[in-house]
Amino acid sequence: MIALEKRPEPSRTFSLAAPLLAVLATMLFGGLLFALLGKDPLEAIRTIFWEPLFGEFAFFYRPQLLIKGAPLVLIAIGLSLGFKAGIWNIGAEGQYIMGALFGAGVGLAFYPMESVFIFPLMVLAGAFGGWIWAMIPAVLKVKFGTNEILVSLMLVYVAEQFLASMSLGLMKNPEGFGFPGSRNLQQYASAHNAELITGSGMHWGVVAAFIAVIFGYVLLARHRLGFAIRVTGDAPRAAAFSGVNPARLVLFCLGMSGLLAGLAGVFEVSGPAGQVTIDFNVGYGFTAIIVAFLGRLNPVGILLAGGLMALTYIGGDIAQSKLGLPAAAIQVFQGMLLFFLLAFDLFTNYRLRLGRTEVA
Amino acid sequence: MTQPLLSLNALTKAYPGVVANDDVSLSIAAGEVHALLGENGAGKSTLVKMIYGLVRPDSGQMHMNGAPFTPSEPRAARAAGVGMVFQHFSLFDALSVAENIALGMENAPKLSELSARISAVSEAYGLPLSPDRIVGDLSAGERQRVEIIRCLLQEPKLLIMDEPTSVLTPQEVEILFKTLRKLSAEGTAILYISHKLEEIRTLCDSATILRLGKVVGHCMPRETTAREMAELMVGKLLQTPTRAAQPAGEVLLSLTGLRAKAPNTFGMALKDISLELRAGEILGIGGVAGNGQDELLAALSGERPAGRGMVVLKGEDIGPLGPTARRARGLLTAPEERMGHAAAPDMSLTENAMLTGALRQGLDKGGFLNWPAARQFAEDVIKQFDVRTPGPHAAARSLSGGNLQKFVIGREVMQRPEVFVVNQPTWGVDASAAAAIRQALLDLAQNGAALIVISQDLDELMEISDRFAALNEGRLSDPRPAQGITVEEIGLMMGGAHGMEVAHV
Repeated sequence: MIALEKRPEPSRTFSLAAPLLAVLATMLFGGLLFALLGKDPLEAIRTIFWEPLFGEFAFFYRPQLLIKGAPLVLIAIGLSLGFKAGIWNIGAEGQYIMGALFGAGVGLAFYPMESVFIFPLMVLAGAFGGWIWAMIPAVLKVKFGTNEILVSLMLVYVAEQFLASMSLGLMKNPEGFGFPGSRNLQQYASAHNAELITGSGMHWGVVAAFIAVIFGYVLLARHRLGFAIRVTGDAPRAAAFSGVNPARLVLFCLGMSGLLAGLAGVFEVSGPAGQVTIDFNVGYGFTAIIVAFLGRLNPVGILLAGGLMALTYIGGDIAQSKLGLPAAAIQVFQGMLLFFLLAFDLFTNYRLRLGRTEVA
Repeated sequence: MTQPLLSLNALTKAYPGVVANDDVSLSIAAGEVHALLGENGAGKSTLVKMIYGLVRPDSGQMHMNGAPFTPSEPRAARAAGVGMVFQHFSLFDALSVAENIALGMENAPKLSELSARISAVSEAYGLPLSPDRIVGDLSAGERQRVEIIRCLLQEPKLLIMDEPTSVLTPQEVEILFKTLRKLSAEGTAILYISHKLEEIRTLCDSATILRLGKVVGHCMPRETTAREMAELMVGKLLQTPTRAAQPAGEVLLSLTGLRAKAPNTFGMALKDISLELRAGEILGIGGVAGNGQDELLAALSGERPAGRGMVVLKGEDIGPLGPTARRARGLLTAPEERMGHAAAPDMSLTENAMLTGALRQGLDKGGFLNWPAARQFAEDVIKQFDVRTPGPHAAARSLSGGNLQKFVIGREVMQRPEVFVVNQPTWGVDASAAAAIRQALLDLAQNGAALIVISQDLDELMEISDRFAALNEGRLSDPRPAQGITVEEIGLMMGGAHGMEVAHV
């Protein structure tokens, strides 16, 4: 009989090796999948992992890595705080949308005035929008004991309706010839989240993502609040015994993850996306959940995982257009990554034992 | 005498570090209600687990109707006619009574047919219960009936009941006893586990008393007084207190009418607890597990803040304050459950030192944590309390129970508490470590701190307490000086004969 046995101490080796093993296993089984689809597996893997970084058109894809990776990292850092404490915000996508709407709304309200204060105001409004959207599940959980997973998730669909309503109604571009969508903020200098260095992909959202990584690292490693988060995740009763107030922790974790998702939204809408449209959100809020776990809820890990996810996105796009791989196959590939990570992660705390175990 | 239904012969079962059952023999005749009596840790559970096939004995034999009986798993025991009702129920709240019972059956009949059988059994044995009700809506007593009926449907020859009355109201106890008497009249033997002496006197025909894994006596409960049984259960060799009562200092902690609702179904409400605790004294609180010990600790630690005026520390009302504020004022606690409550299992000892030491050890500067200092603090605790571990980086779960307990107690003691409340300080700890922990508690009192030691180990309480009180169903008896207290008095204070009134009669 095969049994899992708890290790006396978490294995450091496995904790570091698990992500690498997961990537390798994903390549192996992903390659198998691609082969079954009739594609050359080596070529497909190479296209996904190699092409964006070192291929012929890498000069175009590398900035894309930052643009795609930044919102993922920004959102995932916020989510990881809650996840570490067992507080499950699944609705970052909705908070991301609300951040974009609040931010864009402020920007559009000032149009066509030009001022250096407009962009900072938009950022604040975006952070507020994401925060307030996350406070709905937080307050409901604290006051009435509702399940934050369900409430935050359902609010994503509410946010999507707001997005549709705004892009077809209130925020619709009056000079847009009836097409849905707002004015393009890229053409409104005071509201444009432009590249800081042309052609680098580096915009304020990327800067914010790096700051968030440092903030998350310091919080978790050095601050009382981060310690409270970690203890709550490991042993909620021990946390309560040490004096952690669970309600305050719920408010902080959900609020912080909403705030960061809102920031990601406003940086996206004022930069790479440029305008509020019906299909503005592309799932960063959901993918960030994978990024958070792939990064083992560790800020530095999340930075690397965000880069890796962005790579599979871009590489996946290339593979779709170049090799004709179906989009669904790319999604399966990304799903495998999370699956294998969680599977290998088990061995950090457990080891396999063969043979019969006695029931105590 | 006819052949016994079940006879156990010299059963022995040892776990690493402890002999749970040592040469235990007893026999039960058909139709007999046999009590198994003993303090916590006396080996009652291990013994019935062996009969029910959950644990295999290291040596010794069991015979059922004269034939060797070696159940390898509960299913085999059930097939041989042994049924067991556990103290904690295994029922699904969302399912109906009939569905729950069907889940536990090997060849469950159709639900309608099963419902009819349930109704028949429940009527025959006076256990009112509708098969269609959802278990989540049932009271604890009704849930127990589900478990009993589940057993009765298999027509057992021997029914084991583990502390069945701990969750029942007096009325429900009445109903249960009627059922058990009827079963016994029909020839079903009942093995009844309890520490409630009066209950056993009303119900049981014979009793076997266990102490530290050994049979220390058999008796006929109806012809034996509760005192005599308490004496057997507790043992006659209670050590006399080794230290005289100190001159009482000022009152440091006083509880006035402390009340708290039960935190959950299996919890116990605290009812009107009042006491005064003076500097330099140790108040020992005894009592059977589940009579409010955990709840009392939570009310004192601040995990479940109390009402205004109920908890007063050095003249200040700290009732509504949480754990951190209480720690700041010098009230420290150590809960019973080490893993997951007093310590976070997956975290290192350094992190666990930070857990409660952050404030009083100055490890927290404006919200930022001083990890090198926490590591130093953990090292000090490890050194001072002889904690056997590779070092402060080791995860709490890698320590043995005794070593982790030394760490947890040491962590609080080294923070110089003014009032220290500890629940089960030496539970599951080997003798030398237990002695070290008790010595640390005595030293703490010697230096002017006031201590409340909650424990189920009466020897321990007698050894270190100045005064003694017992928790019984969430009520605290009046504390009495530990010196000169007799075994009978202790037994009656905690044994369920409801307070000292009976003793005075």
